[in-house]
Amino acid sequence: MTLLVVEGLTKRFGGVAAARDVSFTLEAGEMLAIIGPNGAGKSTTFNMVGGQLKPDSGSISLDGASIAGLPARTIGKAGVGRTFQVAQTFVSMTVAENVQMALLSHHGRSRGLFRDASALYRDEALSLLARVGMRNDADRSVSELAYGDVKRVELAVALASRPKLLLMDEPTAGMAPRERSGLMALTADVARTNRIGVLYTEHDMEAVFAHADRVLVLVRGEIIAAGSPEEIRANPRVKQVYLGEAGTEAAMRARRKAVA
Amino acid sequence: MDPSFLVLQSLSGLASAASLFVIASGLTIVFGVTRIVNFAHGSFYMLGAYIAVTLVPRLLDLSYSPATFFLGVLLSALLVGLIGVAVEVLLLRRLYRVPELFQLLATFGVVLIVEDLVLKVWGPVDLAGPRAPSLRHGVEILGQRFPAYELVLIAVGPLVLGLLWLLMHRTRFGVLIRAATQDREMVGALGVNQARLFTLTLFLGASLAGLGGALQIPRIPANAHMDLSVITDAFVVTVIGGMGSVPGAFVAALIIGQLQAFGILIFPKVTLVLVFALMAVVLVVKPWGLFGRPEAASGRVMPPEGIPALRRFRPAETALAGLAVLALLAVPLVGDAYKVKVATEILIFALAAFSLQFLVGVGGLVSFGHAAYFGLGAYAAGLLVTGPFKAPMELALVAAPLAAAAGAALFGFFIVRLSGIYLAMLTLAFGQIVYAICFQWVEVTGGDNGVVGVWPSSWAAGRTTYFYLVAALCLTAIVLLRRVIYAPFGYSLRAARDSATRAEAIGLDVRTHRWLAFTLAGAAAGLAGGLYAFMKGSIDPTLTGIPLSIDFLVMVLVGGIQTVMGPLVGAAFFHALKDAVMPLTEFWRLLLGLAIIATVLAFPRGLAGAAEALRSRRAAAPKPVEASA
Amino acid sequence: MSTRDETFRPLSRRTVLGGLAAAPLGLAASRAAAQGSGPIRIGELNSYGRMAAFAVPYRNAMQLAQDAVNKAGGIKALGGRPIEIVFRDDGSTPGDATRVAEELLTRENVAFLCGTFLSNVGLAVADFANQRKALFLATEPLTDALTMGSGNRYTFRVRPNTYMQTRMLVDAVKDSGVKRWAIVAPNYEYGQSAAANFKRLMAAAVPGFEVVGEQFPALGKVDAGATVGALSQMKADGLFNVLFGADLTAFVREGNTRGLFEKRKVASLLTGEPEYMIPLGDETPEGWVTTGYPWETIDTNGHKEFVAAYRARFNDTPRLGSLLGTVVVGMIRDMLEKAGSTETEAMISALEGLTSQTIAGPVTMRALDHQSTLGAWVGETALAGRQGTMKNVRYADGANYMFPEAEVKAARKV
Repeated sequence: MTLLVVEGLTKRFGGVAAARDVSFTLEAGEMLAIIGPNGAGKSTTFNMVGGQLKPDSGSISLDGASIAGLPARTIGKAGVGRTFQVAQTFVSMTVAENVQMALLSHHGRSRGLFRDASALYRDEALSLLARVGMRNDADRSVSELAYGDVKRVELAVALASRPKLLLMDEPTAGMAPRERSGLMALTADVARTNRIGVLYTEHDMEAVFAHADRVLVLVRGEIIAAGSPEEIRANPRVKQVYLGEAGTEAAMRARRKAVA
Repeated sequence: MDPSFLVLQSLSGLASAASLFVIASGLTIVFGVTRIVNFAHGSFYMLGAYIAVTLVPRLLDLSYSPATFFLGVLLSALLVGLIGVAVEVLLLRRLYRVPELFQLLATFGVVLIVEDLVLKVWGPVDLAGPRAPSLRHGVEILGQRFPAYELVLIAVGPLVLGLLWLLMHRTRFGVLIRAATQDREMVGALGVNQARLFTLTLFLGASLAGLGGALQIPRIPANAHMDLSVITDAFVVTVIGGMGSVPGAFVAALIIGQLQAFGILIFPKVTLVLVFALMAVVLVVKPWGLFGRPEAASGRVMPPEGIPALRRFRPAETALAGLAVLALLAVPLVGDAYKVKVATEILIFALAAFSLQFLVGVGGLVSFGHAAYFGLGAYAAGLLVTGPFKAPMELALVAAPLAAAAGAALFGFFIVRLSGIYLAMLTLAFGQIVYAICFQWVEVTGGDNGVVGVWPSSWAAGRTTYFYLVAALCLTAIVLLRRVIYAPFGYSLRAARDSATRAEAIGLDVRTHRWLAFTLAGAAAGLAGGLYAFMKGSIDPTLTGIPLSIDFLVMVLVGGIQTVMGPLVGAAFFHALKDAVMPLTEFWRLLLGLAIIATVLAFPRGLAGAAEALRSRRAAAPKPVEASA
Repeated sequence: MSTRDETFRPLSRRTVLGGLAAAPLGLAASRAAAQGSGPIRIGELNSYGRMAAFAVPYRNAMQLAQDAVNKAGGIKALGGRPIEIVFRDDGSTPGDATRVAEELLTRENVAFLCGTFLSNVGLAVADFANQRKALFLATEPLTDALTMGSGNRYTFRVRPNTYMQTRMLVDAVKDSGVKRWAIVAPNYEYGQSAAANFKRLMAAAVPGFEVVGEQFPALGKVDAGATVGALSQMKADGLFNVLFGADLTAFVREGNTRGLFEKRKVASLLTGEPEYMIPLGDETPEGWVTTGYPWETIDTNGHKEFVAAYRARFNDTPRLGSLLGTVVVGMIRDMLEKAGSTETEAMISALEGLTSQTIAGPVTMRALDHQSTLGAWVGETALAGRQGTMKNVRYADGANYMFPEAEVKAARKV
């Protein structure tokens, strides 16, 4: 069964349509990138899938169950993990505690009154941290990590609920170039190994063309093109409105690197 | 009803609205730019009135004319503005880097100091100011007389609004004020001299408060109680309008003025609760006031103000805590009866402060009305033992936390829908509603006289026995509550505080958790309240009032909002301090205020926070930066 | 946690007030023992900070009277021991006040307590005194409950209560022919109970008496314009006012400008007390029937000498608080002389039925309800120059305005 089916999603703010009739699908284990200029409606689309925004109309189904308009925490419980454009972590906690917190919530034990929280699900948290390469930093405070590491922790947190779908809003924003490719490679690896579908937005064309299986192009709230990276790169309309020459070159470079 | 009467009543409402707006506009501007909840704004208002009743008659002796009168009023306002500058430069400026709540604490210290200084300088007798020349008379409107001076006031409101609009849109200072109100970080990023901006803002805000006070002298005598009588109303106007919004304050003042003018015709006794009920309704319907905006902080990574990281007691601390408990338990053996009484009070306040810290430090939910739950517990206990039920103390002490929890659950249901300062203000509104009910429902609660005869069962009546009962219950409650902080529920609250967005994304129901936290903290405060009632032998509305809520907040902050055990230290310190200075002089508020400010300046992270900082500096800990226990 | 220890270290106040033996256990016994020699200590707690306008003149007069008593040889029945009043701020809340009362009893070893201003504070201290079996002479609180429903055998009250003062006013206006009354009172117990007393007493005394409307502005926050407007609209012939302090000044100014008091009979509680009249200044309305203390017109019972001594020492005119302070110390002296002891029971039986000769006239502490018969002066407000005063004044002896015995018995029999 198709993992995520989005149909006719529309959202208006005042008179302006931030997303108009957006439809796409996503398979398990697939990486789908949404690109588009600033204000194209990427984050709006994203937040509707993640539950941070309610769509005006349209349907979203995850594994056949409708999740449109549900609150974020319900969608989270239904199997959608997510990371944010500006990393959202629990800054007063250690790296391991951040992941443990997600595990506590996933197992429905967030209201426990007496057990010592720092001992619960620690092993599981440590193995998730090992997966993202943060095992050695488990007992550091998340507030003192470099930003790239924070993003890794966020990925571990998102994975804690064993999601079927990962939503990543500009996962590499604010990161150094070397960290970016590392994080994207890690994400792609996790997705393919665990059969998790990944929907992500990106400004960084390298991250898009190197790792996406398919790409959607959003302009002014509408999808103007969809297809494999090659198709998108070749699409004249996309070139015209969005990528521009520089973007195309970056895309070429990225693909060459990935192939090599 | 006579239509001419309706017109006049509405004019009266407009006059009060104008007065209220002038004051509230200053408060809202200061909040918008500095994010300080400035309790001292009422003090500025009072100073405006006192300076004007001193200055204006002297000027009128020189030249008796309306122009002189208003010149005197303006001069008074400017003088108060300079006092505002002094407060900013000497005090607030030193506190911009510490948690915002500490500035609130400092302004509260200013309130106490100004109150006693005014008494010292101007004496205790109310000072009626001169009437404005040529405006003493009444103007005939639709066959009825209306004071000419109030017509002037009605004009002053829109005039001040207009001038502020010009200031905000035509001057660089004004543009910066607006920018800072919308996004404080941006102003810092633009390379604006933030210190100067804040100083000027305080000048403007204090001047407006002073103007409000000075304009009142023909109507209200300058008196030592006018600071607190105005500050709550000014808060209400600011919140209803949307904090930071000057037009919002204008509209809110208009609404309140009219509501007051006509409300008293229908419910003559509504005066106590009207404005707070209105604020509660507005906040429930519009969580950011009429013209306010959600705080822009949500996308930003800012360290939370509460407990940064949990850690266990170190061995030395375990020993220290054990010793402290032992020392406490030994008080009846070594101390006299009075010491036992003070120790009992400290235990009770420690539990109350700890329950507040559970909300503020762990949950990030600042409550300005925590005394409501303390009071609900006290009233439940007191009314059960004295009322028709004549229940025993044991039952009453079970009922106290339950009643407070029920109240906290009811109010909390609405409160947790809000965030930040609006949440705090809604707790204040509900607190005042509880106060008003206790105050006004005379048949049941005994009104402001309260109910006496709330004494413990005979087995616990001895002071020492009661002390040990209080110690057992309070220490158990504190230990349990501390346990909860370290348990998944406490972690969930901290998670929601650190990042509500992340918490929701991992499937946490933030509101429900906060609601449960409110209920739990309310129950603990209610237990403290019940124990307090039996120690004092009486209940009365001051147990639910704002001053006690502020005391609790002071205990938390003085002890250290970033530490788990700090509030206990704060409760002991604050109560002991009050107990020590009260017998020294009737100007004990002055000493208390000075002590609070000195504490804030010397230990900007509270006493426990300071001890912690000292320890970590000495240890120069290599890696794990844990801030507190 | 180390700061906790500081809690229990008494600060320098003991040295301030003279050295004291550390209080051991067994309080009642120790209190008596400590009273065996040296001055007789009396614990006086009041709102010297928040209610300074009343409480400071009160304290002044007490100090003056205390010095007079000691100069005259102290308490003769106790071997000429002097009296020493220990003053404490009561914090203006019941919670603080009961703690201060405890401190006075256990730390300062006072023989008994007196004072308090606010009614809720007075009631809480009274109940505390009852619990501790200590004598409490409530000097100022007005609430009827203190000597009625919440009365107890350890508590006595000096000032004429709300009922008595209202009854004095009712007496003065009941024959004026005015039947349609409006009421304005502060929204708390004192205001509500004055309004209720007024209605009850007027209904009994004046056939056809009618209340056409009431206003209860919040204490200290009167919205004078709206309140005066609402009262004007009621078209009453008489106005019963209970507002005082800053509320009264604001109300009077607004009412004067709008003509609220023209052609209306106004009966006003406490307005003639200097505490409230001085701030009214040249706006003092004329012809209001009021209770008060026109010190400049009283020349009986050595009152003139008191005024002279007070002015000489404090360079200020006396207030009602000053009168009360003098009367209270006189009653305390007489009580101690009669009791010949500082044992609580002895003092109680001495105080019950005790008659003191005061500068206001003879004052008896009625045994039935522990309410003294101290009265008040009733008259009409008037302007003398730029300052308010009272004319057509007579002293209303409290003895004639006490609660009827049957009502007391019904109320105190809990």
